[in-house]
Amino acid sequence: MKINWFKYAAPSTFYPLAGKIIPFFAWSALLLIVGGLYWGFFQTPELLSDQKQYYRILYVHVGSAWMSMWLYIVLVAWALIGLVFNTRLSYMMAMATAPTGAIFTFLTLWTGAFWGKTSWGTYWDWDPRMTTELILLFLYVGYMALQSAIDDTRRSDKASALLALVGLVLIPVIFWSVNCPDPNQCAALHQQSSMSNIEPNIRIAWLVTAVGFWMFSFMVILMRVRNIILDRDQHTSWVQGLDEVRK
Amino acid sequence: MILQANNISCRRGERLLFSNLNFHIQSGELMLIEGRNGCGKTTLLRTLAMLRQPDEGQITWNDEPIDKLAEEYRQHLVWMGHHNALKGDLTAIENLRVATCLNNINCSEDELWTALETIGLYGYEDLPTRVLSQGQKRRAALAFLLLSQSKLWVLDEPFSALDVKAVDFLQSIIRKHIEKDGMVILTTHQEVALMSDKIKRVQLDAL
Amino acid sequence: MFKTFKTILFRDLTLAMRRKTDILSAVFFFIIVISLFPLGVGLDKTVLIKIAPGIAWVAALLASMLALERLFAGDYEDGTLEQMLITPQPMTVIVLAKVVAHWLLTGLPLVLIVPLVGLQYHLSGEAILVMMMALLLGTPILSLLGAIGAALTLGVRGGGILISLLILPLYIPVLVYGSGAVSASLIAGESQAYLLLLGAFLILTLLFSPIATALALKISSE
Repeated sequence: MKINWFKYAAPSTFYPLAGKIIPFFAWSALLLIVGGLYWGFFQTPELLSDQKQYYRILYVHVGSAWMSMWLYIVLVAWALIGLVFNTRLSYMMAMATAPTGAIFTFLTLWTGAFWGKTSWGTYWDWDPRMTTELILLFLYVGYMALQSAIDDTRRSDKASALLALVGLVLIPVIFWSVNCPDPNQCAALHQQSSMSNIEPNIRIAWLVTAVGFWMFSFMVILMRVRNIILDRDQHTSWVQGLDEVRK
Repeated sequence: MILQANNISCRRGERLLFSNLNFHIQSGELMLIEGRNGCGKTTLLRTLAMLRQPDEGQITWNDEPIDKLAEEYRQHLVWMGHHNALKGDLTAIENLRVATCLNNINCSEDELWTALETIGLYGYEDLPTRVLSQGQKRRAALAFLLLSQSKLWVLDEPFSALDVKAVDFLQSIIRKHIEKDGMVILTTHQEVALMSDKIKRVQLDAL
Repeated sequence: MFKTFKTILFRDLTLAMRRKTDILSAVFFFIIVISLFPLGVGLDKTVLIKIAPGIAWVAALLASMLALERLFAGDYEDGTLEQMLITPQPMTVIVLAKVVAHWLLTGLPLVLIVPLVGLQYHLSGEAILVMMMALLLGTPILSLLGAIGAALTLGVRGGGILISLLILPLYIPVLVYGSGAVSASLIAGESQAYLLLLGAFLILTLLFSPIATALALKISSE
């Protein structure tokens, strides 16, 4: 196992590997997302009145919310591996993950705004989960801003990795402070998510689209990291020898 | 005392500067790093001064990796880079006081004043260093060498901005340090008359 | 170790005293921002009392951000930061000394100016006291967290704005509890819980921020 890991830790071996597995993720993503949405639209019972049809936006909202949080953890994991083992590819993976995470965060906030308008009557409400999601967007943007502001790639990789780590440590504190602004009485305002109370078909649709988003993330991130590898290693002989480059 | 570099390579950005570099330096030796501009001399010196890690390979001090030794290695080290490391708003004597204190050098006030006098700043010790000339600032920075007890000196172009008398003086300080079993690693663009027989040369261009 | 702390602390304080403009600008910025709000928001007494905590805190945040840029930049530019990294002293002690000096020069004065805020916003004596306590606990947190941002962005273009972008989200807990403490004292007088939380957060940052900052300085000096 150990030998295999480090073999693919070099950009030159990872690049073709990534190229081979991308189609798998692309197809899974397509199938799962389409399947999930189909299930959610056509297989769920028509119990709810016309007004409540808007809940269907949750199929996108919940999946992207989960992905926005999960991808931040993935980003920090790659950053940590980079800082500890000093491997360039880990930093490149972190750099590739950030934009996708940011997009999902933005998507969550946007779909959340529409959901809020139809169910609570307002686009924005400063409740803990919304606010933390907004902070998460700032953390992603901060990471990307720091990356692009520093010219030296080694320094920018390490600095943004450290920033992401600091962000992760502070997210629980931030969430708690927004959740409990009055420590004398803590009350969560977002509905307590109780997965068991939800109609099974809807739950299936949620999970399927969420996994679909996950597959989509793999695809997009792997494509992006291939571009980053090409960009950073453009002077090396193995890149010069690639078909795509020689054309 | 021996400093050894084992198969080290360094990159700047995505460019590989040098790789598989091996050398060692012992007490009483002087090493000159040579090469044209941009070939990585400063990067190599900064790596030896533990300001950055080599991208590959290992540097050892008496057979122990320097990143494990950390503070212990730094106790043995003096680094002088392109900057003078002087606070413009502090006087030469204040700068020297802070530097000696941070480096665990216990010296009396008299010794500080004497060092500045020896280096040629008599009468200028009490002025904020920002009003000194380039050469005087360099001398103020070099005064630290007179007080340091560390064995390994890593100097990046120490002769720049010095006049002829100061160059001579610095050469004699370096010579004395080598004679007392110290080690000096340096780069310089100038033709300076160091002890020609005991100099080790490392050519970075050739790699 | 204590000797190192003392040396760096006195060094930074001496340097600041010889260049007074840096310190005073942060303090005056705070005063100006505080004074501008009543002119923009309206002079209704009840409104002013209600918004005072939030405004004082945002002004403190911004004043702190302004001053942070110079925390390490001077040492970075003239090469003294490099020397500090080379010394056998633990970098965390040096960082802590610098942050303490920074706080004494830019955070503590804000605490002492609070009575002025109280005057402009018609706050009661008790509210003023709570605000001072809250700022006393909160401004060190701002300096400690801000130091991380300052260390990461050394020598980078757009440094000041970039620091704000990176660090302001992390300031939120301080803002929430700091201003909450004062609001609570205005309404019911129950500000103790907030102050305790701020204290806990201060201890947390005291433990973890110097380490993160020292690491960031090492990364920036490569």
